[in-house]
Amino acid sequence: MSTDSRVVRARSWMMGACMALCLLVPATARAQETPDTSVAGLRQEIEELKQTISALERRLADLEPTQGQAPAPPATAEVTPPPEAPPAEPAPTEGPPPLTIASAAGGKNFLNLSLDGLVAAGTSTAGDVGALEVGGHDPAQRGFTVQNVETVFEGAVDPYFRGQANLVVQITPEGETQVELEEVYVTTTSLSHGLQAKAGQFFTEFGRLNPSHPHTWDFVDQPLVNGRFFGPDGLRSTGLRLSWLLPSEFYSEAFLTVQNSQGETVTSFRGTPGETLFGRETGERPVASFSELLVVPRYSASFDLSDTQTILLGASAALGPNGTGSSARTRIYGLDGFWKWKAINAFQGFPFVKVQAEVMRRGATVGATEDLPAASFSDWGGYLQVNWGYRARKVVGLRIDRVGGDSGEPRDPALGARWRLSPAFTWFPTEYSKLRLQYNFDRGDTLQQDEHSLWLQLEFLLGAHAAHKF
Amino acid sequence: MKLIPIVCAATLLAVALPASAALRVVATTGEYGSLATEIGGNRVSVTTIAKPTEDPHFVDARPSQIVALNRADVLIEGGAELEIGWLPPLLDGARNAKILAGAPGRIVASEGIQLLDIPLAADRSQGDTHVAGNPHFMLDPLNSKVVAQHIARVLGQLDPGGGPTYNANLARFSAELDGKMKEWTAQLAPFRGRQIVTYHPTWRYFGRRFGLRADTFLEPKPGIPPSPPHLAKVIQKMQDEKIRVLLVEPYQPRKTAEAVASRNDAVVVDVCQFPGGLPGTSTYLQLIDVVVQRVAQALAKT
Repeated sequence: MSTDSRVVRARSWMMGACMALCLLVPATARAQETPDTSVAGLRQEIEELKQTISALERRLADLEPTQGQAPAPPATAEVTPPPEAPPAEPAPTEGPPPLTIASAAGGKNFLNLSLDGLVAAGTSTAGDVGALEVGGHDPAQRGFTVQNVETVFEGAVDPYFRGQANLVVQITPEGETQVELEEVYVTTTSLSHGLQAKAGQFFTEFGRLNPSHPHTWDFVDQPLVNGRFFGPDGLRSTGLRLSWLLPSEFYSEAFLTVQNSQGETVTSFRGTPGETLFGRETGERPVASFSELLVVPRYSASFDLSDTQTILLGASAALGPNGTGSSARTRIYGLDGFWKWKAINAFQGFPFVKVQAEVMRRGATVGATEDLPAASFSDWGGYLQVNWGYRARKVVGLRIDRVGGDSGEPRDPALGARWRLSPAFTWFPTEYSKLRLQYNFDRGDTLQQDEHSLWLQLEFLLGAHAAHKF
Repeated sequence: MKLIPIVCAATLLAVALPASAALRVVATTGEYGSLATEIGGNRVSVTTIAKPTEDPHFVDARPSQIVALNRADVLIEGGAELEIGWLPPLLDGARNAKILAGAPGRIVASEGIQLLDIPLAADRSQGDTHVAGNPHFMLDPLNSKVVAQHIARVLGQLDPGGGPTYNANLARFSAELDGKMKEWTAQLAPFRGRQIVTYHPTWRYFGRRFGLRADTFLEPKPGIPPSPPHLAKVIQKMQDEKIRVLLVEPYQPRKTAEAVASRNDAVVVDVCQFPGGLPGTSTYLQLIDVVVQRVAQALAKT
């Protein structure tokens, strides 16, 4: 564009000069004329004038390609148009670039904008679907649920930071619209020595599922262990994260996150006063020292086993205070693994097989109450899921979910052992939409009977093209 | 958790030895990798992200590529949104200032190329359209000359010592391409004006360069799977207009192409956009050579 405008400017300057010459030259000529000047003299002047103009035109022509070379790409003049007009081309589809506001393209705007809608419909034998489904973005009732409507704002802040904000809107079973600021953070783009910092409100990088958004999940709902340990909305809070890409041949990255340890999205820690942890009520616990913050180290490594297979392994810990006493602490440890095979001639990313598993153990010391002494408790949970994209745009999956009961005395009735089996079928009409059918079989100490649920889920994406991490 | 320090220590022992090459180049797809090798010779080491036989629109952002991009001095991408689904998260992970947008080491190959099929509106009801235009421009061999110049210039800027080598390699490549171009044009000249059917609008630039019409697609819209009514229309068109050649790439459903071809006595020709995707095509020029031969043979037969 700037090249064009420069050429245009040069051209108009030249035109101006030509016109000035046209006016000037005859005037000068006239002044020098003697009355007896013949027509021949005039002719000669016109000739000279023509020469001047054509010299100027030549200069202008010389100027244009030079300016065309000014931008980064090399000269295109010699190659761009085909030597002959293309034969019988259909009506050219080229037109002016489309008008887009933070447009569909993604990546080339000040602000890339997208909106992802996730809605579910279905039924369950459970009387209280909200108690059966542990996630805040899971289907919440018989009938219809607006699980997650997520608006993502993303772009380069300046040469040093990229910024992102995820605003989530939900409709509760009571019909109320809820807005939550799920994430808003910046990441550095170019620190040296393999370092990267992230600051703001964000999903804690613990395990594989927790930092991901519901629309990227392979199932309609979140695993039981994530709901039990991290609460309905996952573990996320405000803070800082530093990561280091180690200088190894293979992918090897270490993360350290420090975040606030209170609020409804940090449930196993200081959480919200009045809630219970291992059967003990939590109270106010102000931050007195660094150890009252949530600290989450993580290490992750990946290997390409072959041209078609990749494995990604991780180990995480979440360490912080809990609200049951002034020195009560919670420690959650987790291991996660992800293996994927994708055909060497994959079409639209299919066929593939991917296996994902996480296992977590939570330990906590809880403070004494009026009736109960201080104690320590632990519990565990995990899931294993397999997804097979057996042909283009079609995936069958199976997930096995398990949470163990707590080791405490007296036992917290809310923490009984549970398991779930979830087969699912997903169809992606395109990469911008999906339909998923999932059946859940639930059995457990916290349930009065075996429960059966059937959910249908629809996702659609508008705006900036999604790009997913491995 | 005591494992972590041990793993870290083991990792540090496995630290990559500095490569002997002056510049480390990462290319998103194979044709750019091939050009980088042609121009850079043994002064560069080249890694290509996408496999030549897989759908370039859907490549996994494997963590090993984050490592390659983290160490890269140069990144060559097509730039016309072909890599939009997988390159951004890799670059976020790579945290490498040398290849950020606008950095000297970032080569956007589509710069300076006139792209076809720029849609009038950013409207996904028209399929998975690329707002910047059709990204398969490297199938016009003359466009590869522009990209080769671009690569040579950037390599020369980043590694001035290698400038003469890069320029010499560029001159050699351009001369070879000019020679080949004459052969290819001659090979396809008898078929000027003939039509070919392709699965996806991949071969528009190729067709335009060699005087073939490549504007009938098995996909009703880009990225949208063929529907029976659309295929019926294509079959009818092939019959009416005597179109007898159907191109299919390694990752595209060959059975669909075969089914359509069998209704018209047409032949299915296996082609590929990327070097290495067909036997005997380790370089870009070899690839175009093989594709031109195959297309010419098929057109001659039918």
